[in-house]
Amino acid sequence: MAQIELNEIAHSYIANPKGPADYALKRIHHIWEDGGAYALLGPSGCGKTTLLNIISGLLTPSEGRVLYDGWEVTGLPPEKRNIAQVFQFPVLYDTMTVYDNLAFPLRNRKIAENEVDSRVLEVADILDLTPDLKKKAAGLTADAKQKISLGRGLVRSDVAAILFDEPLTVIDPHLKWHLRRKLKEIHDQLQLTLIYVTHDQVEAMTFADKVMVMFEGEIVQVGTPEELFENPNHTFVGYFIGSPGMNFLPCTLVGNVARVGGTSIILDDEVAALGRKAKGALELGIRPMYLEVHGRAVNGGIPVRIKAVEDQGTFKILTLTLEGQVVRARLPEDKAVPDDMAWVRFPPERTKLFADGRLVKRAG
Amino acid sequence: MKKRTAVLIIYFALLLLPIYWMLNMSLRTNADILGAFSIYPGNPTLSNYIKIFTDESWYSGYINSIIYVSINTVISLLTALPAAYAFSRYHFIGDKHIFFWLLTNRMAPAAVFLLPFFQLYSTFDLIDTHIAVALAHCLFNVPLAVWILEGFMSGIPREIDETAYLDGYSFPRFFITLFLPLIRAGVGVTAFFCFMFSWVELLFARTLTTTNAKPIAATMTRTVSATGLDWGLLAAAGILTIVPGALVIWFVRNHLAKGFALGRV
Amino acid sequence: MEKWENNKAWFLILPVFIIVAFSAIIPLMTVVNYSVQDIFGPGQRVFVGTEWFEEVLSDKRLHDALWRQFLFSGLVLLIEIPLGILIALMMPKRGWGVSVCLVTLALPLLIPWNVIGTIWIIFTRPDIGLLGAAINSFGVAFDHTAAPMDAWITLILMEVWHWTPLVTLLAYAGLRAIPEAYYQAAKIDGASAWATFRYIQLPKMRGVLTIAVLLRFMDSFLIYAEPFVLTGGGPGNSTTFLSIYLVKIAVGQFDLGPAAAFSLVYFLVVLLFSWLFYQALQNVGKGREG
Repeated sequence: MAQIELNEIAHSYIANPKGPADYALKRIHHIWEDGGAYALLGPSGCGKTTLLNIISGLLTPSEGRVLYDGWEVTGLPPEKRNIAQVFQFPVLYDTMTVYDNLAFPLRNRKIAENEVDSRVLEVADILDLTPDLKKKAAGLTADAKQKISLGRGLVRSDVAAILFDEPLTVIDPHLKWHLRRKLKEIHDQLQLTLIYVTHDQVEAMTFADKVMVMFEGEIVQVGTPEELFENPNHTFVGYFIGSPGMNFLPCTLVGNVARVGGTSIILDDEVAALGRKAKGALELGIRPMYLEVHGRAVNGGIPVRIKAVEDQGTFKILTLTLEGQVVRARLPEDKAVPDDMAWVRFPPERTKLFADGRLVKRAG
Repeated sequence: MKKRTAVLIIYFALLLLPIYWMLNMSLRTNADILGAFSIYPGNPTLSNYIKIFTDESWYSGYINSIIYVSINTVISLLTALPAAYAFSRYHFIGDKHIFFWLLTNRMAPAAVFLLPFFQLYSTFDLIDTHIAVALAHCLFNVPLAVWILEGFMSGIPREIDETAYLDGYSFPRFFITLFLPLIRAGVGVTAFFCFMFSWVELLFARTLTTTNAKPIAATMTRTVSATGLDWGLLAAAGILTIVPGALVIWFVRNHLAKGFALGRV
Repeated sequence: MEKWENNKAWFLILPVFIIVAFSAIIPLMTVVNYSVQDIFGPGQRVFVGTEWFEEVLSDKRLHDALWRQFLFSGLVLLIEIPLGILIALMMPKRGWGVSVCLVTLALPLLIPWNVIGTIWIIFTRPDIGLLGAAINSFGVAFDHTAAPMDAWITLILMEVWHWTPLVTLLAYAGLRAIPEAYYQAAKIDGASAWATFRYIQLPKMRGVLTIAVLLRFMDSFLIYAEPFVLTGGGPGNSTTFLSIYLVKIAVGQFDLGPAAAFSLVYFLVVLLFSWLFYQALQNVGKGREG
């Protein structure tokens, strides 16, 4: 259990960085509260593994400080930091049994053998590894191996936080959900701080209480999955989260009406008022599942052409063209899909406005 | 880290000492050497080297060695790579036996092969060609290459192959763009060992060549027997057999080092 | 990791198989042929069955040479393998030091083997050699042409000097292939340097070490040029190893029959022990699976 603070962290892999382009992490300043489950979400290369290694101590940041519960740990090596890290592929001691693998971190710290035994049995029980304890670790499946990697972190009673670097990458898809559930169970049971790095938004959203979205070495937004979904602060968040991502239409504002080409879309009054004061290029944003699709003309409906329909099982994705722009709508599986033409309606309460990529909203 | 560096320096100094000593003697005349013991050449002279170089077969000897050694390294690598992949990834009839059988070709005294090889290559009119020596050396280099490469390939998880095939890679494209970079250290080591074992091999190289493809080590032994016990001349000849190999390694040192570079996952 | 079952993999093996089999079959047939015949001259041969084998196997001098050979190879392996690994562990991981180390290690390996012998003849002479003079200056009488013990010491020293870099290069390559995450995990687990070596580095080097042990065993067991140049098998017979004895028989007595039989026996001995080493190394660290 630890509060983890990143104070003005920036990191460059080059000895003498000249400008922002040389920095893998540009400015990270954030506090993770004790006991939460957090996800670091972002595309490849955005700096999330760098950040994770700075938190765990495998990497010393070129600038800034790392603090655990208020204590400065920036210079401390990982083994002194009360953290555990699970890597992308299972990292095990192949020559040892599962039992010895789990016991290893404790034996290195000279813990008495009977305490080692009770801790190992306890953790093996939590992870459903008890029947495998006497087996050689090398012969097990990938998901069992990852559980052992996790277990080596859990055996240590002094562990305050566990860090995960895309741990489900090599796991069979149909076993992933099982491991994810296990992680959630552990979190509920042990109340450890968990930080989970991934580029898969579904993983992030199901796992974490709060998600930190990163892009090109910076924090773009931090919030609960609902907040990120409903109110993305940045077009990147809107685009990255949700499947499919948010629709964006460049527009201009005339009064309370957004004009996309020749089409008028009525906006919420408050949003429009803020939009008129905002600076920069304007874009209209709406999530595919909130876009209303009707088979016949309705009040406020805009005629569109249906280009394609994809059946994804529990839902369907419609690809439409509006004023030459591609727009996607997401319909539940039972809703009828019009043949060729449809009318879409933008509910004002769900329609967002972005200026220069940033969400237009009330300050504060 | 200091202790580490000290140990390394001592060890490397010990490695270089005998070679330095040869260099020392090669720069002194025989009379000088027998006259007074000295750690460095007081009156350095190039006379030994000049005497050797007037025999022009030295120069061509170098070229010959480089040629057949290069041919051999390329053939060994090219044939060993797919074979090593097969041994690493696939299970097929006789796989374990063939794998071990390959190495058994290095277990017989080389003398056994001399006469049969001579007759074989004579039949194909390949005596005194570079390709003959290159092919003869394949006998012991190809099994080694397969073994070393297989070892490194087996360290790469098969999930990587599977993911690539799922992503639509063809086998050649996967092998060249994805797989080879991952086993760089192995390829580097293999190439070096093929080069090295072929470079120092004397028996086949001497037996299968007469003049056109004669390697330098063979030339050197001629010089040696002709000179009797002129230590300076002997030392100079020795140094001259080391120089080309050392130069080649020096020029490819960065490629070698990159080949050994950390394989990050 | 289960291997994929696929007999089409034979196509990938084919080039290697052809090259090696072609080179190996004919000499093998020749040797077997000669080993069961008595050859008086061109065109005059008599089939003698296992006579040469019996003669060879009961040859006392061959037994002596065999024991000497085992002692030599044993000592060589005991020194070269740990020393080679030790140096590899100490070598830098990146920077300009890497190329310097690699080139220095490569030098002894690139010297033709007869030149190696020459280098060490010179180096150990008390009148013109650095080592010889140094030992002399301590008042120790050291002469590898006269005392068997001195000859052995010189040979072992020469051999270790010559070939340890091979072990080092292989071990180094093996070490470099270990992903950084293993070291990171070991750090987090609080493992000491020795624990890291024993549980991560050594197991992961099993492949390259197998090659190193097999190569060094085979090459040291078959060794010819270096000891021949240095001691010629002497003083007396004290450093007459198997290869040297074989050449003595074949060339000295020009008897192809016994020489061929000897070669076959020689080959089988190397084969047997290599196979034993191989099996042992494959099974180290593997146990029952549950």
